[in-house]
Amino acid sequence: MIQVNKLEKVFRIHQARPGLAGALRDLFDRQYKTVKAVDGVSFSVEAGEMFALIGENGAGKSTTIKMLTGILTPSAGEVVINGFVPYKQREQYVTSIGVVFGQRSQLWWDLSPMESFRLLKRVYKVDEEEGNRWLNRLIDELDLGSFVHQPVRKLSLGQRMRCEIAASLIHKPKLLFLDEPTVGLDVLVKQKIREFLRRLNETERTTILLTTHDVSDIEALCRRVLVMDQGRLIFDGLLGDLKEKWGAGTEVVFQFKKRTSLEEVRTALGAADYELVPENEYALAVRIPRSQEMLPYVLSTVMSRFDVSDVKVKEASTEEIVRNIYSATGEVMVHA
Amino acid sequence: MLRLYAELIRIRFLTMLAYRVNYYSGIIIYGINIGAYYFLWKAIYAGQQNLAGMNVEQMTVYVAIAWMSRAFYFNNIDFEIAQDVREGKVAIEMIRPYHYLSVKTAQAFGEGLFRLLFFAIPGMLLVSLFLPLAFPPSPAAWGVYLVSLLLAFLINTELNLLTGVLTFFFFRNDGMMRAKRVIVDLLSGLILPISFFPGWAQAIMNWLPFQAINYYPSMIFAGAIDPLQAGDVILLQSIWTVGLLLPLTALWRRARRNLVVQGG
Repeated sequence: MIQVNKLEKVFRIHQARPGLAGALRDLFDRQYKTVKAVDGVSFSVEAGEMFALIGENGAGKSTTIKMLTGILTPSAGEVVINGFVPYKQREQYVTSIGVVFGQRSQLWWDLSPMESFRLLKRVYKVDEEEGNRWLNRLIDELDLGSFVHQPVRKLSLGQRMRCEIAASLIHKPKLLFLDEPTVGLDVLVKQKIREFLRRLNETERTTILLTTHDVSDIEALCRRVLVMDQGRLIFDGLLGDLKEKWGAGTEVVFQFKKRTSLEEVRTALGAADYELVPENEYALAVRIPRSQEMLPYVLSTVMSRFDVSDVKVKEASTEEIVRNIYSATGEVMVHA
Repeated sequence: MLRLYAELIRIRFLTMLAYRVNYYSGIIIYGINIGAYYFLWKAIYAGQQNLAGMNVEQMTVYVAIAWMSRAFYFNNIDFEIAQDVREGKVAIEMIRPYHYLSVKTAQAFGEGLFRLLFFAIPGMLLVSLFLPLAFPPSPAAWGVYLVSLLLAFLINTELNLLTGVLTFFFFRNDGMMRAKRVIVDLLSGLILPISFFPGWAQAIMNWLPFQAINYYPSMIFAGAIDPLQAGDVILLQSIWTVGLLLPLTALWRRARRNLVVQGG
């Protein structure tokens, strides 16, 4: 459905010289710096997938989304989505996608959402009857009924965001782009939006691409994650693999009934890839870097050899992982 | 597609109605302008019967018609485009399955129609109480005037689109847009009828599109161009309408490639 091959976007940024003399020189001779906002990004997506694109501010996420939606023209590389080349066949292509920009409204500020929906139905040449049925479902599922006739400028951010999502789906697109859709929303609204997106993905098989800074969005919605850094794609895979790769591993804390020394546990577990941290005389933590193979082994071995009163498994949160990725940049390889 | 444009015009109508104060102040501004030029010309004539082939009455009628035509062809879409670019709203326009410039033109047309119906027609009726306005004598003459006015709208809109699209390259070109507005007002014959310009200036202006924006339709309305000549005028206006499409399309293509969305 989405094919992206060695996508690149180069911006030329004007470098202002300092001072008045500099400003005068700038009038006649400008200096430019070229910046590669997106640098050789390749990936492909199947229909019906739900995936997240994450990265620090300035990592190139938004530029990538803007090239995928046909807004920006790539400097190099290829994009084919739904059988269209976005920037070349823009007008046909955009009828097959929906876009929500969290920071920008696509509703008409002075009109009610209903008026905007009406106009959008015309814009997308939606069939009147079917369009109305679909719109009623959107209004119902996103719970817009109580404010759909108020001017947009009088809506709260949460209300507006739900209207934005409805507006982006008026024409039942196969593919939905959401650029930071939950910025600044409260937990309840976030919850509502996530539930709605999940249902949409299940019932309509809508492919959903999300960029976000909110890790809970990803955990709630996406199996697949793409991580960008300085214009390059540094990770493309499942959320679970991401945790394996960048997570600090899993920590298991055992509470014993009797005093248990470090050595006893070490002998029981044998030589393997783990680390023991004593908590007190009755408790001990085992840190495992690769949880998938090691966790069952550690648990069963310790439980069978010792008298254990309590076990706590602490998994690194996605949030920590993302922090790890953002702080350790560059040295990682793409694995697709 | 037509239904889309009808809807866009309807929406523009609604938004214009939403800002009523703008509407009322617009009427006042037009009133002041017409009044000011009326008194100015009276002072210039100062008892003389005839200047550059027009007498005082013809001149006042010309001023009134010129301003009323302007109500229809004038629009601010260049400033709107500039704002879309500066605030990054152009991103939203690009995800819509329509041609951005055509949509802007439709919106401008909606605005023009609004002002024609709600400013120009009531204004003309009001002015006709005080000034001896001669309306076109036949439906055919009305028809010729309206066609000419429509072409004037298209030419002016194309110029606005051109200066507006330049924002894609310069990011701030308010100065240029303002200069363009003054140039159009001056060289289109709004401030000074073309026949008042010196001969060499008129010769140059024959090669520029500006007089097609106001001077021609106003002269047709005033009956100063007879119906036989009107055909030539309309042909000339049509040539400009089509001719300006060329630089506009070329510039728009480059702008699409150059587009940078401001603010993330």
